[in-house]
Amino acid sequence: MGATRATAVTAAAQDATATTAALKDATAIAGIGQTPFAKRLPESEKALACRAILAALDDAGIAPSEVDAFASYTMEETDEVEVAKAVGAGDVTFFSKVGYGGGGSCATVAHLAAAIATGQASVGVAWRSRKRGSGPRPWTDTRVQLPTPAQWTRPYGLLRPADEIGMLARRYMHEYGATRDHFFNVALACRNRANQNPAAIMYDRPLTREMYMTARWISEPLCLFDNCLETDGALACVVVSAERARDCRHRPVYVHSAAQGLPAQSHGMVNYWNDDPLTGPSWTAARRLWKTADFGPQDIDVAQIYDAFTPLIPLSLEGYGFCARGEGAAFTEGGALEIGGRLPINTGGGGLSEAYVHGFNLITEGVRQLRGTGAAQVPGATTCLVTAGEGVPTSALLLRS
Amino acid sequence: MTQPDTTTGGSGGSGRAEGVLPPVPDEDGAPFFDYAARGELRVQSCAGCGEPRFPPRPCCPHCQSFDSLWKKMSGRGRIWSYVVPHPPLLPAYAAQAPYNVVLVELADAPRIRLVGNLVASADAALNSVAPERIRIGTPVKAAFHRTDNGLTVVRWLLERP
Repeated sequence: MGATRATAVTAAAQDATATTAALKDATAIAGIGQTPFAKRLPESEKALACRAILAALDDAGIAPSEVDAFASYTMEETDEVEVAKAVGAGDVTFFSKVGYGGGGSCATVAHLAAAIATGQASVGVAWRSRKRGSGPRPWTDTRVQLPTPAQWTRPYGLLRPADEIGMLARRYMHEYGATRDHFFNVALACRNRANQNPAAIMYDRPLTREMYMTARWISEPLCLFDNCLETDGALACVVVSAERARDCRHRPVYVHSAAQGLPAQSHGMVNYWNDDPLTGPSWTAARRLWKTADFGPQDIDVAQIYDAFTPLIPLSLEGYGFCARGEGAAFTEGGALEIGGRLPINTGGGGLSEAYVHGFNLITEGVRQLRGTGAAQVPGATTCLVTAGEGVPTSALLLRS
Repeated sequence: MTQPDTTTGGSGGSGRAEGVLPPVPDEDGAPFFDYAARGELRVQSCAGCGEPRFPPRPCCPHCQSFDSLWKKMSGRGRIWSYVVPHPPLLPAYAAQAPYNVVLVELADAPRIRLVGNLVASADAALNSVAPERIRIGTPVKAAFHRTDNGLTVVRWLLERP
């Protein structure tokens, strides 16, 4: 059944090429940069943002004064005015801030690619700086109505993202026979990659099945290792035209296709009130993403899938068409997510084991893989799917070298 | 509306109800809580096409009518899913952890699933039913609990205790 859908996706992609030529491969990520990742970094979010952005520009070989576009996503404390004047950007003609926290990571690159492809700007910077390791947990702020229908959930003690996603995870286990071992497969693949990545928080801390199965609960059915890290850090990337990228320091990584996803009758994190709560935003983004692509899920060499919680991986594998509905958990079996498996994922360690910086490290790791410079490199990788937060209005990118 | 400060301090062991977050209804949601205060579980439905919708909103996503009414439900449902939260939590919830949060599919409107707590009686603690008693598919019935701030929330009792 998975193969059938993959074939259909490829056919649809071929029909749609003419309408989407404007974005496809028109731009590329030419530079990436990051700060160290840690539980606590002494510098401010603003300073970390500037360091990551300047590192990305240096990586591209582009002067800060050439930057004329910025894109970020919500829960970012530093705005483009502060960043632009600190790093010494030129006159800025495009700026965008995408909503829904971790759902917006890939959309920053998408917005810059669209702006550059349509002549609104020439050199774009997307970034994320966050002190989630040493700063407060967002859900502890009871004065703010988080972007969920709080009146229907919070009084009952459904307080945290882990509780909200745990509800869908329990139902998914019930409907499709997914087990904690499947979630462990996800956690282990991410940890194994982190153990190969000196920049990862969990570089020197291996994970065993026994550790996972005896870990403390956060929200049953999710345990500690089903939850992402809490990290201080910042990352950035530089987007330019494909032509300009070919003159930069590294092999260009082209933005092949991009999409956002807000499904009909979706309710955000607490997507409990429609026909099928397990069909999340990834399904919506995927349809558009593949429709405009020259290749399909079967052609993806490596994937960077948003992993705030382990169950998001099987749900996303289904949504993005790597397997049929209900098969996402089984897909993780037999080392499928490891290097050499059917679909290596989160090769830097992801949010679960490298750093949780609202998914931006998945974008930069996708770029490294397609440059051939990953710490845990998938040999010969030329195509990469990068996704943003599943369970919130989301976004995704197809990158190719 | 004031909310108790539950973000700071304390061991969290200061009593069951203290510091539990009250609902903060918006304009569309307010009638739900008004009916609950009268011991009725009602769901907003379109006055034009009759479709129930949740959460409440200004117009019908099926026929775009702005006219709505509040349909009385039997109060019967089944558990669609549930979680059992453990700390770290806000202090008032940590004091009752591990407790349950259930998602109940209404017998009269299966696509409407209400978040709530399965409790031993309407005013009992959030941890008053052992987690082992909770199963997906378990039949439950609505009960009404008046919170400290005067608003009434819907809770759930086992239909066969």
